[in-house]
Amino acid sequence: MKHSFIDEYSNLNSVIHKLDPRTKLLTSMAFILFVVLAPSNNWPVFAFYFAIIALMLGLSTLPLIYVLKRSLVILPFVLLIAVFIPFFEQGEVAASYNIWMWHVSITYSGLLILANVLTKSWLCILALILLSSTTRLDDLLTALKKLRMPQVMILIISFMYRYIFVLVDEVMRLRQARDSRNFGGSWSHHLRTIGNMMGTLFIRSYERAERIYAAMLSRGFDGQVRTLHKLRFRREDVYFSAAFGLVLVLPYLIWH
Amino acid sequence: MSKVIEIEDLSFTYPDGHRGLAGVNLSVCSGEMVALIGPNGAGKSTLLLHLNGILRGNSHVKICGLVVEEKNLKKIRRKVGLIFQDPEDQLFSLNVFDDVAFGPINLGLPESEVRRQVGQALKSVNMTGYEQRSPHHLSIGEKKRIAIATVLSLEPEILLIDEPTSNLDPRSKWSLVRLLNQLPITKVIATHDLELVRTLCQRTVVMDEGKIVANGATESILADTQLLRAHGLAQ
Repeated sequence: MKHSFIDEYSNLNSVIHKLDPRTKLLTSMAFILFVVLAPSNNWPVFAFYFAIIALMLGLSTLPLIYVLKRSLVILPFVLLIAVFIPFFEQGEVAASYNIWMWHVSITYSGLLILANVLTKSWLCILALILLSSTTRLDDLLTALKKLRMPQVMILIISFMYRYIFVLVDEVMRLRQARDSRNFGGSWSHHLRTIGNMMGTLFIRSYERAERIYAAMLSRGFDGQVRTLHKLRFRREDVYFSAAFGLVLVLPYLIWH
Repeated sequence: MSKVIEIEDLSFTYPDGHRGLAGVNLSVCSGEMVALIGPNGAGKSTLLLHLNGILRGNSHVKICGLVVEEKNLKKIRRKVGLIFQDPEDQLFSLNVFDDVAFGPINLGLPESEVRRQVGQALKSVNMTGYEQRSPHHLSIGEKKRIAIATVLSLEPEILLIDEPTSNLDPRSKWSLVRLLNQLPITKVIATHDLELVRTLCQRTVVMDEGKIVANGATESILADTQLLRAHGLAQ
């Protein structure tokens, strides 16, 4: 079955794509840190950071629609968590409602914080999309390894990415098998079926893991994963990191 | 001809008490292509897993004169290439190159040598140019070929192949059969596919319930309908 995957456009050939994955990883992290730490409701600063990310997205030649769609997929999760903020914040009341036996009110300062959280998370999500769509996942993992991330974590991510679609396919097949024999029935019965499917999936994954391990042993695996991946930190990377760092600090100098 | 696989009275019981193999005797000479046929659960895959020491019963298995035991494992696994039935299990890396290079890198070969071996292995399965593709975007036939390349890159002396043609459509199947036929290596092929056996293998070994029940020229075994029927291989 066809699946979309996170590094879908990582094979394009733009300035951003050509940067060393370590450069991209570190500058993305720095960007996120600066955005998160930016003083709240300082809209010129947010606009400035948005301009940076928009420029990067422009340079990366990623399809705009793709980036927007992807960022909108993640935003609802943020909204789900943040939506309660306006109700709990103290301050001038914007509106109040009586819901059955509760009296709830929304405050202006709460709404501002909500807007603030949404903007910041959207900027961060854009940065992560830029990172993951311009870097092949194996390059990103090599970068993480070079930056001393523990081997176990890297192996977990690598296997997860390799096998997640194999698992998704397995779930689809299980579901098709269930649906083709499903003639209604009570809700509790359905729950039990879902439980059984999860159990089956777990056992199948466990057995697959054993087979994969046997396949690795057969080819001389001894606990160490070695690759020939070479990363090249070029002069462009130095220029980019330096320029990016300066631009990140700029709003702090201007608006403080 | 020299014997590359020697199995003497090999028995194996799974941890849950299920008997996998019961007194198997078999030898394979260099350059032979041997088919291992038998119904599901006959012990074919279990036997293959013993030949490179993934499973170890009472260690009465010798590969190229080396007893299959802990201290010889590294050498043996270099000589014996095992290809699993499901290529999804065999291909665990994020791209084809890493998968084919996995064995040679583990052997500690220098980079130029690794690259040469990978290029060679991909060429011999007609998959040159697939280095940067990721395995989950390949067709089953392509995955099977890459799976073969992942062990060819180790330049093995013996290929053990579990169900090479399962899930393949006839076109991919026959192109795989041609490919296997061209590889000048000793092969043991576990399968139910009697067409494949007839085309590829001179010798056929029939297994059932963990034992070898027949061992002889492919022609005479496939002609023995009674034998095939008795072991669930013919109607």
